[in-house]
Amino acid sequence: MKYLDEYRDSSLARPLVEALKTSVTKPLRIMEVCGSHTMAIFRNGIRSILPRGMELISGPGCPVCVTSSAHMDAFISMADEPGVRLAIFGDLFRVPGSNGSLAEASSRGAKVNIVYSPMDGLEIARKNPDEHVVFLGVGFETTTPTIAATILAAKNQQITNFTVFSTQKTMLPPMRALLDDPNLKIDGLICPGHVSSIIGSSVWEPLADEYGLACVVGGFETADLLKSLILLARQVGEGRPRVENVYPRAVSPEGNLRARQMVEEIFEPADMEWRGLGILPGSGLKIRDKYCEFDAESRFDIRLQAVEEPKGCKCGEILKGICSPRECPLFDSRCTPANPIGPCMVSSEGTCAAYYKYGRE
Amino acid sequence: MCLAIPMRVTRVEGDPDDFTISQVATVDADGISKEVRLDIVDHWPNVGDYVIVHAGFAIHTLVEEEAKKNIALLKELADSMPQELLT
Repeated sequence: MKYLDEYRDSSLARPLVEALKTSVTKPLRIMEVCGSHTMAIFRNGIRSILPRGMELISGPGCPVCVTSSAHMDAFISMADEPGVRLAIFGDLFRVPGSNGSLAEASSRGAKVNIVYSPMDGLEIARKNPDEHVVFLGVGFETTTPTIAATILAAKNQQITNFTVFSTQKTMLPPMRALLDDPNLKIDGLICPGHVSSIIGSSVWEPLADEYGLACVVGGFETADLLKSLILLARQVGEGRPRVENVYPRAVSPEGNLRARQMVEEIFEPADMEWRGLGILPGSGLKIRDKYCEFDAESRFDIRLQAVEEPKGCKCGEILKGICSPRECPLFDSRCTPANPIGPCMVSSEGTCAAYYKYGRE
Repeated sequence: MCLAIPMRVTRVEGDPDDFTISQVATVDADGISKEVRLDIVDHWPNVGDYVIVHAGFAIHTLVEEEAKKNIALLKELADSMPQELLT
């Protein structure tokens, strides 16, 4: 049992493709909000076998893509501070702010380390006591507990030259914002698998109850994705929207209580700016006052400046699912993965990057 | 960056109830071996279990029973399809 190969087995997938065809009884628009789902759907060729009437839309599920230009500018000005070293996840490196990227800051001498885990950032701080290391906490609910555990480790180890700049975000508020927008019509949602493994599948129930949205928590293999689409089509066909979970091997209704407790200890809800969606009340997580010594924003007194998004870039509308990358005038002309104008082209989980890699026609 | 993948546990160090000592596991996937932290894992894993790993932390221990049940349900759905549709 490798937990992967079985779900990629073609003898399993083929009948599921047929089941999907017979499940679609009326036109329906399905959104996937997780960037890893977007990539998996392309990689597994799911788009090419979609039955007539079923449309897939990518939502705002890449944390790098929804990081605002104002935050990028604040990150870059922090990198330019003497004595400061940034620890970042790799896909943040080339995201453009209003005046350059962290890559450009790095080439002019700023200290930026790409790390795999927030814990690596703490380790860099421990080894470099003369510097101050700031970890850029960009992520959703899957990443938040890893940062909470790192802050607790920093406290236990009494490391005083380490802080976190948190732009951590939660997924329910942007989903509500999208569903409140009359321009976006969606019938079903593939709920993010690994976010749900932390927060639990029951979190999505308000979307089914209040908005009548069909919800299925999906895994990332071919069979998982096909079954998610089948169940969504059946829910819509039956007119009975609810939350179903096809990823029970990783997701329970209540989620990971240990991780949730750790997040609760370190973080509290805060208003947060999202690229394309603006400021959404309570959609972010900031470090509690009790742990303010590890909060870069309070330690460095950071003030965000309002900035304009790049001209012509449709990342905002793409993140809202109102517009496809192919409708952006910059897509595959001025904006490519080698020279990204907007964030959706930078991250490997970005909608534009996925369309560029797999979906060019 | 949100990528989270199942990896097989080859070594466990620490105690689920003692946060003062290091809680790490060595995990393996396709011949790549690395250390991951167990601070936030939902169920303490044993050697041979699979854990889903995100940003250097194990976030979930996969229970073989659940994975098997999941596959069985998918197979049942696949098998319920009329055979003529598959030819």
